[in-house]
Amino acid sequence: MGRLRTIARRTFLIGSAAIVGGVAFGTYAYRKPHANPIAGAGIGAITPYVLIDPEGVTIITPRAEMGQGIHSTLAALVAEELDLPWDQVRVMHGPPAAAYYNAAMLEEGVPFAPTDESWLAETARGAMAIPAKFLALQITGGSTSTPDAYEKMRAAGAVARAALVQAAARRLGVGADTLTTQDGAVIAADGTRIPYTDLAVEAAASDLPAVPPLKPRENWRLLGTSLPRIDMVEKSTGTAQFAGDIRLPGMRFATVRMNPAIGAAMNGFDATAALALPGVEQVIDLGRGVAVVANTTWAAMQGANAITFDWAAASYPATSEDMRAQIAAAFAAETVDATPRNDGDVTQAKGQTLQAEYHVPPLAHATMEPQQATAHLQDGRLELWVGTQAPGFARKAAAKAAGLAEENVTLHTTLMGGGFGRRSELDASVYAAQVAAAMPGTPVLVTWSREEDMAQGPFRPMASARFAGSVADGRIETFDLAIAAPSIMETFGERFGVPMAGPDSTLSQGAWEQPYTFPNYRVTAHRAPRTVPLGFWRSVGASHNGFFHEGAVDELAHLAGVDPLEFRLQHITHAPSRRVLEAVADMSGWGAPRPNRALGVAFVLSFGVPTAEVIEVEDTPQGIRLTGAWAAVDVGTALDPRNIESQVSGAMVFGLSAAINGQITFAGGHVEQQNYWDYEPLRLHQCPEIGVRILETGSKIRGIGEPGTPPAAPALANALFALTGTRARELPLSKTFSFA
Amino acid sequence: MPTTLTVNGTRATVDLPDDTPLLWALRDGLNLTGTKYGCGVAACGACTVLVDGVAQRSCQTALADVAGATVTTIEGLGTPAALHAVQAAWIDHQVAQCGYCQSGQIMQAASLLAENPNPSAQEIDDAMDGNLCRCGTYPRIRAAVQDAASRLKEV
Repeated sequence: MGRLRTIARRTFLIGSAAIVGGVAFGTYAYRKPHANPIAGAGIGAITPYVLIDPEGVTIITPRAEMGQGIHSTLAALVAEELDLPWDQVRVMHGPPAAAYYNAAMLEEGVPFAPTDESWLAETARGAMAIPAKFLALQITGGSTSTPDAYEKMRAAGAVARAALVQAAARRLGVGADTLTTQDGAVIAADGTRIPYTDLAVEAAASDLPAVPPLKPRENWRLLGTSLPRIDMVEKSTGTAQFAGDIRLPGMRFATVRMNPAIGAAMNGFDATAALALPGVEQVIDLGRGVAVVANTTWAAMQGANAITFDWAAASYPATSEDMRAQIAAAFAAETVDATPRNDGDVTQAKGQTLQAEYHVPPLAHATMEPQQATAHLQDGRLELWVGTQAPGFARKAAAKAAGLAEENVTLHTTLMGGGFGRRSELDASVYAAQVAAAMPGTPVLVTWSREEDMAQGPFRPMASARFAGSVADGRIETFDLAIAAPSIMETFGERFGVPMAGPDSTLSQGAWEQPYTFPNYRVTAHRAPRTVPLGFWRSVGASHNGFFHEGAVDELAHLAGVDPLEFRLQHITHAPSRRVLEAVADMSGWGAPRPNRALGVAFVLSFGVPTAEVIEVEDTPQGIRLTGAWAAVDVGTALDPRNIESQVSGAMVFGLSAAINGQITFAGGHVEQQNYWDYEPLRLHQCPEIGVRILETGSKIRGIGEPGTPPAAPALANALFALTGTRARELPLSKTFSFA
Repeated sequence: MPTTLTVNGTRATVDLPDDTPLLWALRDGLNLTGTKYGCGVAACGACTVLVDGVAQRSCQTALADVAGATVTTIEGLGTPAALHAVQAAWIDHQVAQCGYCQSGQIMQAASLLAENPNPSAQEIDDAMDGNLCRCGTYPRIRAAVQDAASRLKEV
């Protein structure tokens, strides 16, 4: 890790500063810094992250704010070192730029478990910074924003502070060591106070100093405390701006309707009736569907409903049953994608044995804000407002769609009404660019209907697992989990134009790297044939593998006749993982009798975060009710405890929504679900109070947007077994149980 | 025929077809974008506004049906400089995550408390049940509604 830190700091953070030697590996091109994308954006673009103008300091927070509070956490990293008071902090997403690449994005893609901190594993992780930088991978995902930014954004603040102090020293003719900083100003020994805003021009004009030592944790003022979120007032007053809230003079409103056989062609359409409707102005052929342009979004949606389409048929299996059959057929030797874990010999079963099959359906993201983007093409330049997790890719795709060079496209990343992986896709940007290109000079907002958003994917894949295991003397002897699903990366690579050779690590993510010490332990991933477009859905492979793996562990615990929580502890030596299990035991009062109620536990290590959850269920005359939920996580270092609590409890609710009700089904090649009435997330009355405990014993700082999701479904299924004696091996659980 | 109504204390005339949902008259006709489109079928509550003081799903309220009515949107409930008690409670409890559903949540809560200043836990659950949140802010919504009820009693 030390090496990676050195490189990242020297090449990236400092922006235009000279490179000091000492880089241990890599090439010159790698060491050369990316250009500062905001140089020239204002008078004081001190580093790629700090922009100072006469009104104040703006911190560039180049990760997608889709609800996870990342803008506040990233801003706090800079503000801490910059000695900027929290109420003076302003943030912006910043432009798509190579300088904002995400080094941590690829780090955990190496074939080493997150708990493996050996020299080899760390070297492999460090090496991933090189392709990440060359790809200029400015993506938000994989719970990486905080670990990626932890060093470099504090360093950006420290460098900016040092530059401001130097500028003040020059102006005052005193030594920099006689100056201090406080509340957004440099303070001289005689009490002279020069605000940063007065020093920005001088600070930005000279070479940046080397990164000074960062503050030790005991000196933190902002980090480690629960800060009011920067976006909270605007989100509570209706003034937060999402992509659909842009209003421009002469603006038109559009919607899209694509072939419900996803990706298939449109043979033809008749828009006569649509064009006769009040407000409908034009219908644009987008190839696999159309855009309807009108004077209101509603008129556009009415227009889309009035068009008669001749759709081509789907190229994938027409029904969910056919898709499931393809997956069942994929449990074969020739479809093995990878066997990332193979300890001992799983054929040596002893004692009592268990065989089981598990199934999960495809899922939609169903963000509260459907896909939307605003675009305006004028004088050969395209301006695009979109909530995107991948602004660099989105700009490139929009440029191509509008037939423009990339430098003629300006992309503004807006706030996002939920992301969960869906806004790493490029479709909203592409369609808006196509529509804008068809009506140059007129700004247009393209809003997908909820039905369109629900039915077009990309989806979390359908997946199945086959398990064989054995227990003897209260302990697991063999644990053999085979997983089969179509590959996310295969279809993602096609959409992004990135070849994805080799195994797809998401197939086994959340299963192979679990810190259990079973003597004979195998996890095999099988790649099923491709079907519909698949994408990243909060916690990705761990969203289904957590259910498979923790269902199997729970079944073996009951087979062995051992308390399920104690059983897990008996098979885990990794200390942070043990601690989160012990924490949820304590929080939930595990083991105490509770008439008419029962508890279930699950443990999943994902994105490097050991996470244990307990759920309490009650049998009531109205059906089964969730009456309590507890989660414990170990994030290494907790920057903003209240925000971490939000993320863990929110991720748990997201997992429970899917576990209870979530399923996308196919008939005739079309998605059957249309809206929230038939793809219904958890509602308030179903949501238990959720207790969260945050531990900081792990050796690395970790991101927390996703790890709360994977244990939710198995913890609930395990609780339902404890309550009813019925083991549900298929999601959603509403197929098996009746919920209140 | 244009429809005239009062929105956030101001008389407004909207020249859109009678069956245009109030949601789109507000967003696309009057540029009041704080009210959100989530589902279009009254299944999510993101579009909730007050019509004559009572929470309504604006996506299922025809423009002609609110002719002459008084409509309050999130922009009219309070502003960053002059927050409504519900908004102040929302900020203190740091409820919002992505924030997209929160305009509707806040309007629903304001309607509940206007009608029932002292709701029980069950009454809060019942009143807020039609408002979906994909980020899972429900526990904080409960706490903020209770807090807002106390604040309103102190005024």
